[in-house]
Amino acid sequence: MKIAVCVSHVPDTATKIKIADDSKTIDPNGVTYIINPYDEFAVEEALKTKEKFGGEVVVISVGSESNKESIKKALAMGVDRGILLKDDNPRDSFGVAKVLAEEIKNEQCEIVFFGKQSVDYDNSITGQLTAELLGYQCISVVVDLKFEGEKVIAEREIEGGREVVESRLPVVITAQKGLNEPRYASLKGIMAAKKKVIEEKPAAGSKPTVEILKMHKPPAKQPGRILGTDSSVVPELVRLLREEAKVI
Amino acid sequence: MSKKILAVLEQREGKIKKSSFEVVSTAAKLASELSYEVEAIIIGDEIDNLNQITLYGISNIFHYKNEALKNYSASAYRDIIVNHAQANNIEVLLFSNTAFGKDLAPLAAVKLNAGCLIDLISIDASAGEIIGTRPIYAGKALLDVKLKTAVKVITLRPNVFKAVEIGNKLEPNLKTINVEQIDLTSKAIQFKKSEGKLDVAEADIIVSGGRGMKGPENFHLLEELSEALGAAVGASRAVVDAGWRSHGEQVGQTGKTVSPSLYIACGISGAIQHLAGMSSSKYIVAINKDKDAPIFSIADYGIAGDVFEILPALTEEIKKIKS
Ligand SMILES: Cc1cc2nc3c(=O)[nH]c(=O)nc-3n(C[C@H](O)[C@H](O)[C@H](O)COP(=O)(O)OP(=O)(O)OC[C@H]3O[C@@H](n4cnc5c(N)ncnc54)[C@H](O)[C@@H]3O)c2cc1C
Ligand SMILES: Nc1ncnc2c1ncn2[C@@H]1O[C@H](COP(=O)(O)O)[C@@H](O)[C@H]1O
Repeated sequence: MKIAVCVSHVPDTATKIKIADDSKTIDPNGVTYIINPYDEFAVEEALKTKEKFGGEVVVISVGSESNKESIKKALAMGVDRGILLKDDNPRDSFGVAKVLAEEIKNEQCEIVFFGKQSVDYDNSITGQLTAELLGYQCISVVVDLKFEGEKVIAEREIEGGREVVESRLPVVITAQKGLNEPRYASLKGIMAAKKKVIEEKPAAGSKPTVEILKMHKPPAKQPGRILGTDSSVVPELVRLLREEAKVI
Repeated sequence: MSKKILAVLEQREGKIKKSSFEVVSTAAKLASELSYEVEAIIIGDEIDNLNQITLYGISNIFHYKNEALKNYSASAYRDIIVNHAQANNIEVLLFSNTAFGKDLAPLAAVKLNAGCLIDLISIDASAGEIIGTRPIYAGKALLDVKLKTAVKVITLRPNVFKAVEIGNKLEPNLKTINVEQIDLTSKAIQFKKSEGKLDVAEADIIVSGGRGMKGPENFHLLEELSEALGAAVGASRAVVDAGWRSHGEQVGQTGKTVSPSLYIACGISGAIQHLAGMSSSKYIVAINKDKDAPIFSIADYGIAGDVFEILPALTEEIKKIKS
């Protein structure tokens, strides 16, 4: 079984975002980058799948040299080898999906794991786009997964519960928190990762589909009123919610 | 042929969802701004509330029908939407950014060579082209965007756009199409309803608890308040990680993004990852015994006190005014 896992390299969720002078991107100064949190679930599931069925796991990332840090994180967790499709310019999800699909086709991977969403642009579509470009089935936001021969049975999180989906290989799975508990990279894993290969190739160009007009800060919320410190202000709170906010 | 906007609607168990009517309203508004025609598509078996669609401004309704389409199937639904869009000169496809819309919109986009704008919180076409605004970095910044592709696929954040009933009554023009060839390679075979009555992603009021609730045994205080308000119960990641509550209830950057009319945060400090998921709520109430907790910086109303004293009093007071 050949398995691929796609990872993005994103600002730490605790980072304060500052908008750059071009008003279209963020100011990268002082920003720490990490592997996208959902992609850790994807890596873990790829490793578990390999442990069950054998084969090889390859991690793929599209972006600049620094994406290698996230590739290395996946290698340290146990992924066999890495591929960096190099492009120093940001591209939209379609642009990312196209090069990923091309590479996955070359690698002939039958099961491909994504995170459900990148916590930078919060698009949550790259997995689905890649699947469709490859002609693979796609199950998104997966919290439980089983393979039975060619058959795939997954549970995806939807409003009000879980939807059990039956599909078949080849398939793209996008991982949601809850799918598994990502393992820590052991010291041995980190040492072993140093010897693993990260292949680097240029990412083919692509025409952007989305035009960014402007990045701006959301209007600052005025801090409200602290009405008091005990239950004596509860009637006042309820009155405000009814008469001022009109929400109850 | 004139250009068209297609509102893609979602049904569950034969009922069109509330967020779909938000899509109907918005599609009708865009169509009038752009002088396009507008129609709606719904896929499923029997559907109870088809006639409600006209109330929100769309009269041309296409119902693609078959018993096998009762439950969601990514492969089958994609084919139907793509075929419909290609045969009917559709330029803009509008979805709600629900689990359904997020799954399906990009699949259709690839087949239609369309670009995608996902999770818009505002959309405007008054200048003759569609410009949308979407939150990025979990709402820490906003992006104004437009699509460069001929066909455009767009999803709208639920609960943000209003479903507005139009004044004059439209006559429904319903076409029912019995679908014959159906690709069911991927299909939903079962729905496991979560125990909670209402999902945070769909609720208009959310009562959320954090580590300040001290333990799972105290969440009945939140359940009682949410019952009195008709609200859903939410949770911070700290309590989900501790196993007090299920992940489906988690609000925040790695949980659900919500924008209810009212969000009541109880014993939640207001970490940046939590705020990311709920700061677009219309009104925020915070109850926290630490008056310096960051949650107060975005709350409209706060009580700097003990949840164990305030919650029962609040539930009593709500019950009083509701009765
Ligand atoms: C990658 C990443 C992703 C994350 N994603 C999320 C996410 O999606 N959602 C999320 O919520 N967090 C997320 N977090 C975690 C986040 O950073 C915080 O740790 C978490 O939100 C804290 O939860 P809390 O407010 O319940 O707990 P705490 O921060 O411990 O706050 C408890 C609060 O309760 C108050 N309190 C205590 N006792 C009482 C009482 N008797 N009455 C009233 N108040 C009381 C305290 O004053 C305190 O402010 C994420 C973190 C990371 C690193
Ligand atoms: N530049 C990238 N390189 C590799 N994988 C990516 C990249 N961007 C996004 N992905 C994958 O697509 C998922 C969804 O991303 P997004 O659609 O951007 O929210 C992520 O969790 C990753 O698994």
